[in-house]
Amino acid sequence: MCLAIPGKVEEITTEGGLRVGRVNFGGVVKRVCLDYVPEVEVGDYTIVHVGFALSKIDEDEALRTLEVFRQMGVLEEELSEGDVVFAQAAVAPQSACPDGSCSKA
Amino acid sequence: MKYLTEFRNGEIAQRMAREIASITTRPWKIMEVCGGQTHSIIKNGIDQMLPAEIEMIHGPGCPVCVTPLELIDKALAIAAQPGVIFCSFGDMLRVPGTDMDLFQVKGAGGDVRVVYSPLDSVELAAKNPDKQVVFFGVGFETTAPANAMTVHVAKRRGLKNFSLLVSHVLVPPAIEAIMSSPGNRVQAFLLAGHVCSVMGYWEYPPVAEKFGIPLVVTGFEPLDLLDGIRRAVIQLEAGRHEVENAYERIVTFDGNQAAQKMLSEVFEVTDRAWRGIGVIPKSGWRLSEAYREFDAEERFHITGIHTEESALCRAGDVLRGAIKPAECAAFGKECTPRHPLGATMVSSEGACAAYYNYGRFLSAEELATAGSGLTHA
Repeated sequence: MCLAIPGKVEEITTEGGLRVGRVNFGGVVKRVCLDYVPEVEVGDYTIVHVGFALSKIDEDEALRTLEVFRQMGVLEEELSEGDVVFAQAAVAPQSACPDGSCSKA
Repeated sequence: MKYLTEFRNGEIAQRMAREIASITTRPWKIMEVCGGQTHSIIKNGIDQMLPAEIEMIHGPGCPVCVTPLELIDKALAIAAQPGVIFCSFGDMLRVPGTDMDLFQVKGAGGDVRVVYSPLDSVELAAKNPDKQVVFFGVGFETTAPANAMTVHVAKRRGLKNFSLLVSHVLVPPAIEAIMSSPGNRVQAFLLAGHVCSVMGYWEYPPVAEKFGIPLVVTGFEPLDLLDGIRRAVIQLEAGRHEVENAYERIVTFDGNQAAQKMLSEVFEVTDRAWRGIGVIPKSGWRLSEAYREFDAEERFHITGIHTEESALCRAGDVLRGAIKPAECAAFGKECTPRHPLGATMVSSEGACAAYYNYGRFLSAEELATAGSGLTHA
């Protein structure tokens, strides 16, 4: 719930008075509010929590952290939305259960 | 799991574990506050790399777990109403209320939706003027800036059909409550890195001073956690009690000023009940006067909630660090991730779920006796 995931800002626009970035999280692209990180520009990496960028980080750190989080199975939990989450909840209550053991019970 | 093998066999991790062992002369109990850190510690077996003297106690920092049952029941009641679109993060779907959960409310015809960002729920409100759109605003300081901005935007856009069901909780008062509780065993804390990315760590020096405890801002990756533990042990052994930042690549002393400004505009501090723990004074945020009209509890006036916790569940003792999950009689028997009795088994960040998922069926004492016999699932 409280993990912030690193991603790369690919484009910045203004939507409804908000500074919004297209942010790529290792292949998954989301719209992210950049209002709290005015220093972040296109090409920068930032850590993002529930659609909001919280701070800028350097590229090497971002890529390493992204890989660690992927291995820990938390990327999917942080980035999933919509019906796919219900489908997941139907078979395994915890989306982040990486080895499937929580659906065996 | 190539990465995990690399981590366990990794020279740096082994060196750090050896260093911790070499400086430890006495038993120490260290609490990681954050559920994300609990998940990482158990998954990566970090507690099993530590010398026997160091016990990791798992803290109450899983917002899914500590959201009070009464509020869950209110959420379920609101979500079941016709004309309501109820939006939430995915991890709240299976949290058991007294009678059902959000997943079942949807199955029974409720319009429950999982959004990525709370801002998505404002868009839904704009597109569905004939519906009441409610967002379930659960979380610690990390999540609060998103919800604050969302309400701010809803107000700016003049949306009358959007509201927030708020259950925000704060880390510093929880630490104070744990340290002040009778029988407390915790001697140092790892502070939650991403909470501090928002809030900085300017709030913590008085806490370290008041209780004489080391507080180390710590990240989530295995090496971050080992480093945080190492620094806490160094302080404990030296009799120091300072706030230290072991997560400098993300966290500054001041934190994110823009986010803190928005938080102080939209929210105000309030007493909050924590599931399994009880009311902790000044431990949460509610909407401030200027934004009170967006409070879902005011808008829906849900009454007649009679909550009933499972008689078997000892989630409260687990959340306070009084027992390890496997010491609860229902653990892995009546209570599993598929049929959870309490929220600590539902959330992947809950200590019970982490223990279950990674095959930790023994108590701390039994684990110590069993040595390294238990491996990861």
